[in-house]
Amino acid sequence: MQRERWWGTLELLVAAPRHFSLVLFPSTLGLASVGIYNLVATLLWGKFAFGIPLTIEHPLLFALSVLATVLAFAGLGLLFAVSFVRFRAAWVLGNFFEYPVWLICGFLVPLALLPTWVHPIAWVLAPTWGMNAIRESALGGTPVPDLLLCLGLGAAYVVGAVLVTNRVLDDARARGSLSLT
Amino acid sequence: MIVATRIFFVGGLTSFRALFYWLTPWIYIPTMLIAPLFQILLFAYIGRSAGLASDEFFLIGNALQYASIPCLFAMAQAIGGERFQNTLSAILVSPAPRIPLFFGRSLPVVLNGAFVAAFALLTGSIVLRVHLPASSLAPLLLVVLIAALSCTGLGLVNAALSLRIRENAVLSNVIFGFLLIFTGANVPLDDLPNWMSTLAQGLPFTHAIKAARELVAGASLGDVAGLLGAELLVGAVYGILGYALLRWFETLSRRHASLERS
Repeated sequence: MQRERWWGTLELLVAAPRHFSLVLFPSTLGLASVGIYNLVATLLWGKFAFGIPLTIEHPLLFALSVLATVLAFAGLGLLFAVSFVRFRAAWVLGNFFEYPVWLICGFLVPLALLPTWVHPIAWVLAPTWGMNAIRESALGGTPVPDLLLCLGLGAAYVVGAVLVTNRVLDDARARGSLSLT
Repeated sequence: MIVATRIFFVGGLTSFRALFYWLTPWIYIPTMLIAPLFQILLFAYIGRSAGLASDEFFLIGNALQYASIPCLFAMAQAIGGERFQNTLSAILVSPAPRIPLFFGRSLPVVLNGAFVAAFALLTGSIVLRVHLPASSLAPLLLVVLIAALSCTGLGLVNAALSLRIRENAVLSNVIFGFLLIFTGANVPLDDLPNWMSTLAQGLPFTHAIKAARELVAGASLGDVAGLLGAELLVGAVYGILGYALLRWFETLSRRHASLERS
């Protein structure tokens, strides 16, 4: 979105007859899908360069969990993008959220180690459940509840993003401030 | 001499301020002051989870290493930003002496990098409740300043590469990742393979992080003088290399008329 702003094409996209979130969602989905490569590359590095044994108990559920996590990330990205569409320096905030998401969503640290007040924040973040589903499917647990929660939250982000888009763009049109903010 | 001094201080400060042309001041707070705290917390919790080392270990390592973000990116942007604004050729065609021109852009970066690392160290120690002895605070400030100076030397190499490659932000991120692993910020050097710990001796932060840890453990400034000297030497080598590369790539760009294309 930052590039659209730099190139002067953001206004054209907003003025297009299709809903702006419909234009934006494929972009966020495409970017989020790069994460699949990152996941596969990291697993392969771990296995072949560092000799980490890698066994996936439920391959189909594992693949579905990865897909659901990517979709949820795309939904979260869409919500962020439309929420910050009027802020010129929004991409900086994207970088800012990287470490907190790693920390809070249990990617590298078990949630149980974090203070109790952090847990509710983790629960409303779909990647938390996506990560749980990926782990459970790899280790032979029960990933389906986590998978459904991940997809449900991801869908909620998309619905929220559509509502936010209407509000933000109406406001920007009323003030004529889309390219000025 | 007056011209060179003006280019060094006024030119350097103006260039540094231009880095933030797209920012409102409040953006500085999440990116430079809060983000390092989350890096410290992430690795401190990983350390707790893995039982690898104390919070103090990760606090010092990550606070100092985070200075690489302002040092590497700002130096790369000093060249990349000029290209984006179409002012790079105007600068390089000027007869301004190159030493104050390039090194003047480094001074605000060093000071900003030191401030970011010092702030991260202070806030991280409060959040993680790590006690930093009062006697170590002044020497730690010196260590932080030397670490930022050393990394800005590497940043100058990074800036020189910006004359040849367009997407320098990617390279800056890769260097940041290397520094995160190789400098002993998060993994004790003794636990790294030999080739990695040997390579670490030639990287910014390695000696500064070790010196800072020793200072907090009770060593005096004199005890870590050798480490600080080594850190300064590493920074000086990168600084000289960066300047030489800048001049070389500048000449190549003129010869091949590739300044705006590479």
